[in-house]
Amino acid sequence: MVHPSSIYDEMNGADGTVRAHYAGYQKWLAETPPERIAQKRAEADLVFHRVGITFAVYGEEEGKERLIPFDVVPRIIPAQEWKQLAAGLRQRVKALNMFLHDVYHDQNILKTGRIPAEQVLSNSQYRPEMQGVDVPGGIYAHIAGVDVVRAGAGEFYVLEDNLRVPSGVSYMLEDRRMMMRLFPELFSRHRVAPVEHYPDMLLANLRAVAPQGVVDPTVIVLTPGAYNSAYFEHAFLAQQMGVELVEGQDLFVRDEHLYMRTTQGPQRVDVIYRRIDDDFLDPLAFRADSMLGVPGLLQVYRAGHVTLANAIGTGVADDKSIYPYVPDMIRFYLGEEPLLNNVPTYMCRKKEDLAYVLAHLDELVVKEVHGAGGYGMLIGPRASKDEIARFRQLLTDNPEGYIAQPTLSLSACPTFVEQGIAPRHIDLRPFVLSGKDINMVPGGLTRVALREGSLVVNSSQGGGTKDTWVLEE
Amino acid sequence: MLSRTADHLYWMARYIERAENIARMLDVNYRMSMVPEGDAGWGATLSINGLEQAFRAKHDEATAEAVLNFMVFDGDNPSSILSCLRMARENAHAVRGTITSEMWETTNDTWLRMRDYPRWKLAGSEIGEFFEWVKFRSHLSRGVTLGTMLRDEAFHFIRLGTFLERADATARFIDVKYHMLVDGKAPPDAAADYYQWSALLRSVSAFEVYRKVYRDLITPVKVTELLILNEQMPRSLRTSMVEVYENLQAVSNYRSKETQRRAGELQASLKFGRIEDVFARGLHEYLTQFIVRVNELGNRISNDFLVPMSAS
Repeated sequence: MVHPSSIYDEMNGADGTVRAHYAGYQKWLAETPPERIAQKRAEADLVFHRVGITFAVYGEEEGKERLIPFDVVPRIIPAQEWKQLAAGLRQRVKALNMFLHDVYHDQNILKTGRIPAEQVLSNSQYRPEMQGVDVPGGIYAHIAGVDVVRAGAGEFYVLEDNLRVPSGVSYMLEDRRMMMRLFPELFSRHRVAPVEHYPDMLLANLRAVAPQGVVDPTVIVLTPGAYNSAYFEHAFLAQQMGVELVEGQDLFVRDEHLYMRTTQGPQRVDVIYRRIDDDFLDPLAFRADSMLGVPGLLQVYRAGHVTLANAIGTGVADDKSIYPYVPDMIRFYLGEEPLLNNVPTYMCRKKEDLAYVLAHLDELVVKEVHGAGGYGMLIGPRASKDEIARFRQLLTDNPEGYIAQPTLSLSACPTFVEQGIAPRHIDLRPFVLSGKDINMVPGGLTRVALREGSLVVNSSQGGGTKDTWVLEE
Repeated sequence: MLSRTADHLYWMARYIERAENIARMLDVNYRMSMVPEGDAGWGATLSINGLEQAFRAKHDEATAEAVLNFMVFDGDNPSSILSCLRMARENAHAVRGTITSEMWETTNDTWLRMRDYPRWKLAGSEIGEFFEWVKFRSHLSRGVTLGTMLRDEAFHFIRLGTFLERADATARFIDVKYHMLVDGKAPPDAAADYYQWSALLRSVSAFEVYRKVYRDLITPVKVTELLILNEQMPRSLRTSMVEVYENLQAVSNYRSKETQRRAGELQASLKFGRIEDVFARGLHEYLTQFIVRVNELGNRISNDFLVPMSAS
C-alpha cells in the first residue's frame, strides 16, 4: 500500500522544513500576493488556448482540442542530483543502442543466454527486415524519452524507456517559455539551466546521422497529419528547427532515393525525423493499408540512402517484456553496474511469477506488455473488487500479455489545485539524444497527476505538466 | 517549399476571399431588396455561383430567407460562408508551422466565432452587421498576412490565391448585376437608377471610389469601367490580375513558363483595354471569356506547383 506519510515530497522534508533547493521559491511564494498568482494562472490558460498548444483526443468531436493543464509550481532538481540522473540516462541509452545493434547483427547477448532468444525474436516489435542492416553510427534510438520516477531521496527508478516516437518535448519548451513570461523575477533569483536550445541540439543530432557522404543533409519531420494527437508538437519542432513538416503523400521513391514534392520540383531527403510508427512507414513492407507512409521507403532505408530517426525496430528494446533485462544489458555491453534502478518486474508468462501476481493483485501494478498511455493498466491498491476480478481473468487467459510491478510511491510536488496548493504525484521524462555522442537538455518534461492520490500522469487521463528546473551550481 | 504546403496556403487564402465575396454579393442583394421595386436577385446569386441545383434539392423557392440560410450557415453547401471559413481554417491548421502565429490565431478565431455566430441575427436588421463582420475578418486576415509574413514563397502563394479568387468573383459579380439592372431597360450609357447602382458600388466598397474617380453621375458604363479596367481600384479585374501576374513571377519554376505567359497576356489585355471595345464585343461574352481564362490559370497553377508531382 502507498501510505501518504511515506511519499517523498519534492519541496517539503518529512520534518516539515523546506528542502534547500526549494528555499528560494518558497520565499518568493510567501512574498507574492495570491491574487497575482491567480491572475497569472488565468493568463497562462488564455495564452495556451489562443496559441493552440493543445492535443487532440481520440474519439472526441472532430477538431476538438484540449489544453494540457499547466501548473505554475516548478519541479526543481538540484544540480548534483541531475548529474547523477544524467549519467544514469547516458549509460542506459548507450546500452540500449548497443543492444539494438547486437540484436540486428550478431545477437551475442542472445547466444550467451542472458536474454532468452525467443523473447526477442518472437517479439512483435522485432523487425526481421532490419537484420544485417547497418545504420549510421550504429545508432537506433536517436531520441529516447525515458520515464523516470523518484521513490525517495536520490532514489530514481526508470519506468519505461520509450525508444519509438516519444512525445512531450514541445510541452517542456512551452512550459519554460510560459514560466519566463509569467514570472520573470523567479529566473533572476534562480540559476535555472536553460532548455531552449533543444531544437538546435535535435537538428544537429539529426544532421550528424545523415547517410554517409551527404555533405549538407536535408532533414524533414514526418507526421501522420493534422488529426494526430501530437500534431502540434510535430509542427512546432519542424518550425523550430526550420525544416519541412512532411506527410507521406509528399514523398516518393525513385531509383532507391527518397524525394519530396516541392514547388520547385523533386528534392532529395536525407534524414527523416519520423513521428509515425513502424507499422505505417511503408505499405509495401508493413501494413498495406497504411495511407501515412511512403511505398518503397524500406528499400531506400536498407540501401542506406536515408536515415530514419528513430530506426525501424527499436520497439524490441523498450517493450515491457524486455524491460527487466536492461540492467543485464548494461553489465553485458558496458561492464558497468546500472546507475538507475529498474522496477522489479514479474513476467506473467513465467508460471511462478504469474502465481505470485495472482496472489498479490491488490498490491501490484499490472500493465499490458504492449500498452501505452496509461490505458489497460491495473493499480492494485486503488482498484475495485470488480476490476481486480477482471484482471484476474485477463491474466489467466493471456499471461504473456502482462507484467506486474510493485506499486511505487511516486514522489509528489506541491501543485495548484482547487483548494490551494497540495502535493500531487509526478514523474519526469528527460529527452536523450544519441548521435555522434549523447546529449540532453537539463531536466525534461515533468508530468503531474492532478487528481488527488492518482498515480497516472498521462495527459489523456487528466495529467498536467510543470516546468522543470535544474538548478546550476 | 512542399507542394502540399503551397496548396494549403493558396486555398486558405482563396476560401477567405471567397467568404468575403459571398458576403458582398448577399449584401448587395439585401441592400437592393430595400430599394422600391428593386429586384434583389436572390436566384441570380445562386445561378452565377452554379448552385441552383444544390439549392433546389433543399428548398422550393429562392426567397431571401432560404437563400441566406443556404449561403451563410448551410454546412452542406461547400460555397456557404460557414463552409468557406471552415475550409480556410482547416487549410491553415495543416500549415500552422509555415504561417505566423498571428495568422493562425486569426483564422482559427474567425472559424470559432463563425461556428458560434447566433443564427437568429440573420433574420432581422442585424444581417448587415454580419456581412460587415465577414468582410472585416477578411480584412484582418489580409492585414495580418501583410504585417507579419516574411515575403517568401509562402507569402506569394497566399497572395496568388487571394487575387485569383478575387478576379473570378468580381467578374461574376459584374456579370450578374449588370445584366439584372440594365437588361432591356435602358441603353448602357444612360443614367440608371441611382439607388440600385449605388447599392452595387457600396457592396464592393466602390461608392466613394467612384465619386473620386469620375466626379460624375453614376452610369453603368463607368461603373463597369471602374470594376474591370481601373488600375487603382483594389477589387478591379485589372488590379487582381496584376497581382496574380506579379506573384506568379515571384514563385516561377522550371515548368511554369506558359502559365506566366498567359497571366501576363491577360494582365496586358486589361492594362491596354478600352471599355468601348468591351461593350462592342458584348460585356457578357467578355466576362464569360475572362472567367474561363482565370479558371484555366487556376488549373495551370495547380499543375505547375500544387498537386503532388508524379514520380516520373
